[in-house]
Amino acid sequence: MRRFLHGLPGVDQVGCEARAAALGTRSIKAASKQWAIDLAIRMVDLTTLEGSDTPGKVRALAAKALRPDPSDQTCPSVAAVCVYPDMVAVAKDVVHRQRRLGGHRVPRPDEPPLSLKLQDVAFAVAAGADEIDMVIDRGAFLAGHYLQVFEEIVAVREACGPAHLKVIFETGELQTYDNVRRASWLAMMAGGHFIKTSTGKIQPAATLPVTMILLEAVRDFREATGIQVGVKPAGGIRTSKDAIKYLVMVNEVAGDDWLSPSWFRFGASTLLNDLLMQRSTMQTGRYSGPDYVTLD
Amino acid sequence: MSGNAERIVVRKTYKLYIGGAFPRSESGHSYPVHDAAGQFLANASLASRKDARDAVVAARKAFPGWAGRSAYNRAQIVYRIAEVMEDRRAQFEEAVARSEGVKASAATAIVDAAIDRLVWYAGWADKLTQVLGNANPVAGPFFNLSTPEPVGVVAVLAPQSSSLLGLVSVIAPVIVSGNTVVAVSSAARPLPAVTFAEVLATSDVPAGVVNLLTGHLDAVAPRLASHLDVNGIDLTGVEDPALAISLEVAAAENLKLVRRAPGSEPDWSADPGLSRLTQFLQTKTVWHPIGI
Repeated sequence: MRRFLHGLPGVDQVGCEARAAALGTRSIKAASKQWAIDLAIRMVDLTTLEGSDTPGKVRALAAKALRPDPSDQTCPSVAAVCVYPDMVAVAKDVVHRQRRLGGHRVPRPDEPPLSLKLQDVAFAVAAGADEIDMVIDRGAFLAGHYLQVFEEIVAVREACGPAHLKVIFETGELQTYDNVRRASWLAMMAGGHFIKTSTGKIQPAATLPVTMILLEAVRDFREATGIQVGVKPAGGIRTSKDAIKYLVMVNEVAGDDWLSPSWFRFGASTLLNDLLMQRSTMQTGRYSGPDYVTLD
Repeated sequence: MSGNAERIVVRKTYKLYIGGAFPRSESGHSYPVHDAAGQFLANASLASRKDARDAVVAARKAFPGWAGRSAYNRAQIVYRIAEVMEDRRAQFEEAVARSEGVKASAATAIVDAAIDRLVWYAGWADKLTQVLGNANPVAGPFFNLSTPEPVGVVAVLAPQSSSLLGLVSVIAPVIVSGNTVVAVSSAARPLPAVTFAEVLATSDVPAGVVNLLTGHLDAVAPRLASHLDVNGIDLTGVEDPALAISLEVAAAENLKLVRRAPGSEPDWSADPGLSRLTQFLQTKTVWHPIGI
């Protein structure tokens, strides 16, 4: 395992950042922009992961996920709702009646031991979660205990049963792009359905270069094995402009097979409001404002 | 360096003022500005609708902080603008004389009046609430208090001929009460406005409280008038009646407070009165129970 991961080609840091920056300068206007905004809305994993989450807040969030813009029938729903395990049942109760996805995520700042993690996962799946997000043990990964990280992902994947597993690397803590590439391959080989940059709790969260490395990894992994894995950047993506930059990159790096909510997601909370404001600006020709969308 | 080589003059680039920074126009466009005699003066940035949007975002961001300051502190800051202007008065006198084609003595009088107007409005910051607020008599065990509150982000279309005194006279009354401003300067005489922005940037006015755009009204005014995150619009600088009507119609969409375009440009040297000061305020009334 170690030999394979360390045998992966190194990431050219300067080249990678330059390419990410260059892709970010593409101009997406008019009909393409409208299309991109609708696609980005469909890709949002609407997230609330606060200690202060209440059932009421989660219900409101789930309702917003189903109908992001209640004044516009043509506005698509988002991909999923992402909440802590104890709130899965609440979110599911709102979305289930409309047969929509309820997402959810395991990691907390204080990492519980594996056995507790697995119980957490089983609890969430029983409560109706369709997708499970886990975060890898960065300490073990950085110490080079790749097998331990691998086995942990495999164990969580088994506990997920039919639910999809998203593996979070917390790239802000992985130090180098080479480590990000290794973590991507590790997670894909362990059977993760999605690889995800960050929890959003640690800065820096998702960046364009890091997401590009993830996209290259899923592209190469499909070429090698025929298995397609999804990508989810999360944290720090706040504006429609940013989101469109990511979509351009998905198309250019991984290919248009990934331009679908099944294979690419945004982990975000404030992004949705900006997308909705841009959407209404494009439809009405008037700039919108934060008074016309819900508070988070 | 040889002794007789002629020095190359360093010319100033006249830029916009958005969020406390001096960016060029997002569009990259500029337009030539001439003095009253038709001589070329400089190129000014031609603000685009996206600059207007960015300015509104900056103004919205600055609003809670500015409105949340004590009225006394806002007075100090507006007074500080006057202090810094006084310090740079020679530059303003020259800019006004060239832009408006007036004699030096007239330019001096205009700069005097502009500085004095700032001081006058600064004094109003902490007096507005007493003068405009009220303790209302009500038939119940309540204190009932009405106080004037700033309305939010205000778009100000500054007068076309008075490039400095007019500009100061429309911006100062809006900001002393706690509003933030996106101002569009005179299209033909924008240079004193850019210099005024440099004064604002160095007089403790928080970034985004005043944003100054230079350029043509037809490009930016409709965007500001229809912008849903703008709470008020002052049409003083609109000379075309058809444009004024279309702006009022656009402003009605989210019930902006509108100051209508005057038939002709007001006499800025006259006593301004309170009408501009009270234009962009809304009254908040609080019922507070009294123990019986």
